[in-house]
Amino acid sequence: MWNYSDKVFDHFMNPRNVGEIEEPDGVGEVGSMACGDALRLSFKLDADERIAEARFQTFGCGSAIASSSVLTEMVKGRTLEEASKITNEDIAEELGGLPREKMHCSVMGREALEAAMIDYYQRLGRGVPCHLLQQETILCHCFQVTKDTVRDAIFQHRLKDIEDVTNFTKAGGGCTDCHHDIGDMLRDCWDKIERGEIPAPAGGPLVELGAMPGNSQPATAVADADQDVVGRIRELLANDISVALRNDGGDIEFVRYQDNQVFVRLTGACAACRASDATIKGYVEAQLREFVNEDIVVIEVDK
Amino acid sequence: MGADGNVSFNMMAGLPERPAKGIYLDNNATTAVAPEVLDIMMPLLTDHYGNPSSMHTFGAMAGDAVDRGRERIRKLINAQIPNEIVLTGGGSESDNLAIVGTLYAYPDKKHLITTSVEHPAVLGLCRDLEKRHGYEVTYLKVDGEGHLDLDELRDAIRDDTAVVSVMMANNETGVLFDPQAVGGIVKEKGSIFHVDAVQAAGKLPLDVQALDCVDLLSLSGHKLHAPKGVGALYVRKGTKIRPLIVGGHQERGRRAGTENVAAVAGFGVACDLAAAGIEHENTVVRAMRDRLETGLLEAIPDSRRNGDADRRLPNTTNISFEYIEGEGILLLLDKLGVAASSGSACTSGSLEPSHVLRAMGLPFTLAHGSIRFSLSRYNEMSEVEYVIRALPPIIGRLREITPFNAERSTF
Repeated sequence: MWNYSDKVFDHFMNPRNVGEIEEPDGVGEVGSMACGDALRLSFKLDADERIAEARFQTFGCGSAIASSSVLTEMVKGRTLEEASKITNEDIAEELGGLPREKMHCSVMGREALEAAMIDYYQRLGRGVPCHLLQQETILCHCFQVTKDTVRDAIFQHRLKDIEDVTNFTKAGGGCTDCHHDIGDMLRDCWDKIERGEIPAPAGGPLVELGAMPGNSQPATAVADADQDVVGRIRELLANDISVALRNDGGDIEFVRYQDNQVFVRLTGACAACRASDATIKGYVEAQLREFVNEDIVVIEVDK
Repeated sequence: MGADGNVSFNMMAGLPERPAKGIYLDNNATTAVAPEVLDIMMPLLTDHYGNPSSMHTFGAMAGDAVDRGRERIRKLINAQIPNEIVLTGGGSESDNLAIVGTLYAYPDKKHLITTSVEHPAVLGLCRDLEKRHGYEVTYLKVDGEGHLDLDELRDAIRDDTAVVSVMMANNETGVLFDPQAVGGIVKEKGSIFHVDAVQAAGKLPLDVQALDCVDLLSLSGHKLHAPKGVGALYVRKGTKIRPLIVGGHQERGRRAGTENVAAVAGFGVACDLAAAGIEHENTVVRAMRDRLETGLLEAIPDSRRNGDADRRLPNTTNISFEYIEGEGILLLLDKLGVAASSGSACTSGSLEPSHVLRAMGLPFTLAHGSIRFSLSRYNEMSEVEYVIRALPPIIGRLREITPFNAERSTF
């Protein structure tokens, strides 16, 4: 049973502003049934260009419904400029916190808000002012994989097709809606690779179908003296830590090691997780200190 | 509009009143300890708390209790001798002992076969054996009804296949595999055959002498009204396995550790009750399950049963409800005191929905909206009727919130 806050339960049991707005000023739709959650958010502005009304329809779990409901309350009375400052963390905080595994529900709220704002400006025949958008980072909604993660994996492992990308990052493994975007990214990345803009990773490109991210080779060569330590770190990451994180829908990649500093990258659900600091310090670092070296400091890259 | 200017919506509107007593329909997850089971356990925890290995009367009484428990477990599955029953800490340990114990016994064999719909105790272990220990695993596919293709099994078995592990009844759908048919092929090819019978035991007759192709068979106490933390592995006489837990002579060296005396005694009594209740399970419980399933499918549009209707456990039904997600259904059922489970991703803490339903080719959309009801002899028809009244409005409320319906299933 999830440890939902009273407020999550309140918004699930008595969701506010369910439904659709007739003649809305903006509508945002994100997610899909295949992903396991989807949200349709519509709003209407008043004469002062403040959000007079917001309504939602959600397919998803209790916390997805609660996140959508609380979001409609949060945006009400705000200008688009003000509403655009609401982050997924704000949504989770307003709900009195969400379980770590449920943070993606708040991300969906933020994404729908952004999609609705884009729609509003499109209806006006204008582009959305960039400053209203937070960086649109999620590429695969089903597994919450960021564009950066996919791009890095393509460069690092010289991935050739969508199947490779799915094997390495899980992106595209669910509803397949993002296959088009992954295809675009592959073309874009290979353009850069073929133009020589992206140097080959140390040790040459690695394309091993079915390999897990935890098994990837370091991008930088390490001194011989460190080889043993690095071997033990990688073994622990691949055999224990990665296995544990995958239970939560996430994963970890070893990036490099230098002077007791272990640089790692969190992927999957962990990448989008607000509690990733706790994962890094409380779990990953604790494990490495216990089994490899007491002085190890773990640093998350690409955060 | 509510007082705060919000449009109000009450999930509980139109739902029946919560019954005085909770309705437990999650018996494939775990079961209530039977009163008769508790009765035999209590004195073993209070007065007769000896260690079976000790040389005094306290020990002897505990030892007798373990012997009687083992004998009752033996009888449930009609094993030939009590020594074929290795007592363990539960179903997962039994599965681990069966598979890893066999691999230890045949160190040259590096391949194993299982199915894509096994319990995580087997699947997770197999993934670990692949990843960390260099074993090769073949995962047999199932069709849309949840059945295996025996030709695929025949083709998959190799000279170095140490063990084939196939469940008897699926925990999520209740769909049955035929151990005799599977085992016949396995023994033809000379591999060890392990059957995970954790869900089948107590619901279907089990006779390992008739099922002469079965070498190893897992049982769990808490699925048949014994407490959690006790299980057994049937090891056919003459079958080689090496222990996982060493450091004691118990279980004839196959599982070290002081016996969980009270739990074993309770497990034994639970086996007696299960054997006596098999007919009840297949008549009364089956009738309640059938009424529940038919009632729900008739009352709720866009719903479907998952898995073969006939070749399955008498107590289990797995139903998908289109356009909504399982967790909301469970939360609202829980508000009414009704316990069930779901194959949705959200309820498992992972991002992926049920591996069993996915392996059966169910689209994600249906897997996310699946609910499993699993009954026991302690359920009553009135409880089933309550759920048939309660669920349609729950599904209705959630469908009012979802953006999807028959006309519109994507954005």
